[in-house]
Amino acid sequence: MAENETGAAGTGGASAYWRANLRLLGGLLVVWFAVSFGAGILFRDFLDRFSIGGYPLGFWFAQQGSIYLFILLIVIYNWRIHRIERRYQLDDDDVDPPGPPG
Amino acid sequence: METQTLIYLFVGASFALYIGIAIWSRASSTSDFYVAGGGVNPVVNGMATAADWMSAASFISMAGLIAFLGYDASVYLMGWTGGYVLLALLLAPYLRKFGQFTVPAFIGTRYYSKTARVVAVICLIFISFTYIAGQMRGVGIVFSRFLDVDITLGVIIGMAIVFVYAVLGGMKGITYTQVAQYCVLIFAYMVPAFFLSFMITGNPVPQFGLGSQVNDGSGLYVLEKLNLVLGDLGFGAYTDGSKSTIDVFCITLALMVGTAGLPHVIVRFFTVPKASDARKSAGWALVFIALLYTTAPAVGAFARLNFIDTVNETSYVEAPAWFRNWESNGLIAFQDKNGDGVMQYRAGDPFSGAPEFGEGSGPSGERIVINDPVTDSANEVYVDRDIMVLANPEIGNLPGWVIALVAAGGLAAALSTAAGLLLVISSSVSHDLLKSTFRPGISEKGELLAARIAATAAIVVAGYLGIYPPGWVAQVVAFAFGLAAASLFPAIFMGIFTKRMNREGAIAGMVSGLAFTFLYIAYFKLWQPDANVAANWLFGISPEGIGVVGMLINFAVAIAVAKVTERPPAVVDALVENLRVPRGAGVAQRH
Repeated sequence: MAENETGAAGTGGASAYWRANLRLLGGLLVVWFAVSFGAGILFRDFLDRFSIGGYPLGFWFAQQGSIYLFILLIVIYNWRIHRIERRYQLDDDDVDPPGPPG
Repeated sequence: METQTLIYLFVGASFALYIGIAIWSRASSTSDFYVAGGGVNPVVNGMATAADWMSAASFISMAGLIAFLGYDASVYLMGWTGGYVLLALLLAPYLRKFGQFTVPAFIGTRYYSKTARVVAVICLIFISFTYIAGQMRGVGIVFSRFLDVDITLGVIIGMAIVFVYAVLGGMKGITYTQVAQYCVLIFAYMVPAFFLSFMITGNPVPQFGLGSQVNDGSGLYVLEKLNLVLGDLGFGAYTDGSKSTIDVFCITLALMVGTAGLPHVIVRFFTVPKASDARKSAGWALVFIALLYTTAPAVGAFARLNFIDTVNETSYVEAPAWFRNWESNGLIAFQDKNGDGVMQYRAGDPFSGAPEFGEGSGPSGERIVINDPVTDSANEVYVDRDIMVLANPEIGNLPGWVIALVAAGGLAAALSTAAGLLLVISSSVSHDLLKSTFRPGISEKGELLAARIAATAAIVVAGYLGIYPPGWVAQVVAFAFGLAAASLFPAIFMGIFTKRMNREGAIAGMVSGLAFTFLYIAYFKLWQPDANVAANWLFGISPEGIGVVGMLINFAVAIAVAKVTERPPAVVDALVENLRVPRGAGVAQRH
């Protein structure tokens, strides 16, 4: 993937980091939209034909599932963006004081 | 011990705790006052954000709304949680990296304009006061029912408490008080929910209980039974909504974007040490919020079932004690239209308008309702949705200490949000209006004093709104979210994600989004309330959801104006570059 950019710093690294960030954001926001507006609202009638326990599926997404998935999305974002930041050496882990070598 | 004694004990103990924390964490600098010194742990901040965010409306009203709206209430559940995804991904880390005290400060600096800053302050003050007025109604309801005091005295007690920790402690005091308040409110919410879930389904976890079978031997799932029971009484099915799809869509989106644009929520992410902590903190906030928000649908459904079970076809003489408690507060009423002394609960309004009570009592001992009965409905029972959570422990016949706990929790929810709102109002007055716009020479000590005076004045105004609630308060809650969605969110979002957005575009966008949304809501809610029906709405979008259109107008106007005006100066380009990376000046120095 972006291996050759590893360790790049300055403007080039920052803009590559920003592009990677936007790609990640885009993907996660598609899921955000799909689970709430998609499953919970637009396709609810269709999904309600199936059920989880006593929950009609569309209703479950609207009142339970989308909330759990929102948390998952933030967790995934934190995990992925941290890796991207480390790749471009832009994370703020060791701002104060400077981190140990290696 | 008697329930009333327990209530005084629980509420008194929790108030003592909040004040103790406020004195211990007193603010001594403007940085302490505005952003708690910027050193709050992300988990702690997440908890404080959750308490800040979950107001009397979440704690008291939401489960009641769900109980009576069924699927339609999903707009609140998704809308008030989905906004945290936007916050964590699109706003919080960048605003933290920017590293100032207030939302207008970001807008003023990014758009190199005092005008933009003042426009943002106006949006912020309007949003916050609309919101705080609603909190005061919550405080009034809880106090009058549980502390057995006059609403006026209740509001004054609440104001005094908030005064101590908001004015003395500032953000630092509020943060740690809100952590305590979160613990009180979530415990108070979960305990009755566990009891109810266990009683009705045999499964103590409400999130699973709502998807389980009712343990009455019928083999029906909770939602199936609810649909059946409601159908028999003439209501629509619980799991189907009555709102149109476009309206549900727009309200949900307006609430999500509005949440991400609410100043008292955004400002909490300024209090953590690092940009990456702001993201983590948003995640923790959502975890703590989700605990209540995934429980609320269960509480709502169980409460509705219980209510129908205990009230419908019960003779008034045998009515449970809680029914009379709430009847004496005017939040429940019984009008015996067919004169059989038995309460028939059906779809439709029992009588027109809110209940007005006459002198004396009726044949069964009920309070006489003098409203005109609605003749085409067999319904005889009026119930205010707000009582569902507060009355739940009584409806479920739970022990006295649970009732006392819920009283303390409801007050914690209302007071924590009121304090957070007062703080953003006072910071934007002292920091954005005085220090940055009209009196730049003010000393830090003078600024801190001004912040405290502004907070005091805001408390007085909020208290006044609580004691003499103007009729429009209940009508305009949609304002807070709609205006935040249509004004602040697009300006912040474009400030981070497009370098091309300039001063002219941002101001034009904010003003047009704000004006459109304001006029639309005011037209249907204040000026022509009779015209507020789906047929008259623009694209079938209700005033609650119109913030989405306002937001689109804001984006469109801003982009169009920015295209025909000058690029922002190079220094702003550099500012945006810097915002976008979590690591700050450190990188430049190292290389």
